[in-house]
Amino acid sequence: MNSISEAAGQAFGLVAAADPKLVGIVVLSLRISLTAVLIGCAIGLPLGAAVAVNRFAGRRVLIVILNGLMGLPSVVVGLIVYLLLSRAGPLGSWGILFTPTAMVIAQAILITPTLAALSRQVVADSWQEYREQLRSLGETGLGAAATLLWDLRFSLVTIVLAGFGRAASEVGAVMIVGGNIDGVTRVMTTTIALETSKGDLPLALGLGFILLAIVLALNAGAYLVKETAQRRYG
Amino acid sequence: MNAGADLPAPRRLLPLRLEDVVFEVGSRQIIRGISTTLEAGSRTIILGPNGAGKSVLLRLCHGLLKPTAGVVAWNSPELPGGPRRQAMVFQRPVMLRRSALGNVMYALRLAGVPHGQRKERALGALRTVGLEACAHHAARVLSGGEQQRLALARIWALHPEVLFLDEPTANLDPGATHEIERIIAALHAAGTKIVMVTHNLGQAHRLGDEILFMHEGRLVERAPAEHFLKHPESSEAANYLEGELPW
Repeated sequence: MNSISEAAGQAFGLVAAADPKLVGIVVLSLRISLTAVLIGCAIGLPLGAAVAVNRFAGRRVLIVILNGLMGLPSVVVGLIVYLLLSRAGPLGSWGILFTPTAMVIAQAILITPTLAALSRQVVADSWQEYREQLRSLGETGLGAAATLLWDLRFSLVTIVLAGFGRAASEVGAVMIVGGNIDGVTRVMTTTIALETSKGDLPLALGLGFILLAIVLALNAGAYLVKETAQRRYG
Repeated sequence: MNAGADLPAPRRLLPLRLEDVVFEVGSRQIIRGISTTLEAGSRTIILGPNGAGKSVLLRLCHGLLKPTAGVVAWNSPELPGGPRRQAMVFQRPVMLRRSALGNVMYALRLAGVPHGQRKERALGALRTVGLEACAHHAARVLSGGEQQRLALARIWALHPEVLFLDEPTANLDPGATHEIERIIAALHAAGTKIVMVTHNLGQAHRLGDEILFMHEGRLVERAPAEHFLKHPESSEAANYLEGELPW
């Protein structure tokens, strides 16, 4: 008990002093996860909306696959990306294994199905309401998907956050493809795992606090945006 | 050879010809072999009890549903993927999470109106329906009556050849209903063919030139509005008129 409170005290000290090592790790983590979320949104949201709005052969199978991939274990993603990017792998010539870029790719692969599956659900629910009106106005296919994505933008904020939460909190994939190299690919979650096993609890706890604070702040922000927008736009 | 290229303007959509149109859901026949023709000009009102298939018939005409059997044929059909020349107003209009102006401009974009002309045309339409002051208000927070007027502003801006309306005033108070009727009359005066479903006999009397009376998926009677409302020929229509409240 004593060691926990001591570690917590030192952790607050590190956070308050904006310890450069700690700041570096936090900035790298955010950079990687936000880039992965951007890529995931660019692919996942249009994919989800298109599947929700269009009827085509194999649609049901695709929906089941997307839903299933939401539970993709991050270590499995890490392993697959590792095999693809390792020297002997098909993309080995890129030479990006153990770089932040590899970590972005792994996280993007991890969260894209989640973004697609959740946005498909949100868009499909609203499509019932919009379908006749949009078809009557002459909007079909991908145009309708784009219109719905924009119209549901405030509901989608929560989905994007879920994607960010998953990316920022996973440890397996980034550990495997990043290698947890100090100052290069060491992010919050891998640091917490490493420092805990080494017994350096203050740094691990400090990062834990920050990770929690970021996730809470983002959720609070998203909630406010949604509330305000709903009052304003209905 | 493209014969259409020599025509100065697209040929008119109307008349609309329905031939033995059947629509089934599962084993249930909702429309049971309707054959009729809708001509340009007159205001057509579709009457009938609940479950007669009125709304389904409108959707079949508008192309939102495909008939199970039979033919729905326009004189000169719209080009697939091209701008629509017919429009529909629903019982509950669906507005996008944009301003009132944004909603009208969206419809104009779909209709292929050049970017530079959309705003002016949309504002003109909002003025016509008396919503100019609400142009920048969010469309979804407008009242039910205002949203229906906005739906009609969208139609006004599009200048469709044919307008289908599915009980557009069913959820509205008398004041809002009066306003909607005024706009529908103005649309007709501007050259749009009106085809409207209503349960309101007063409205059928005020707005209708002719009545199509439906019962259990069939077209039972077709007559000039005055004549139908006073002297229905079928027993189904007589029963229906007796049962409905006359406002």
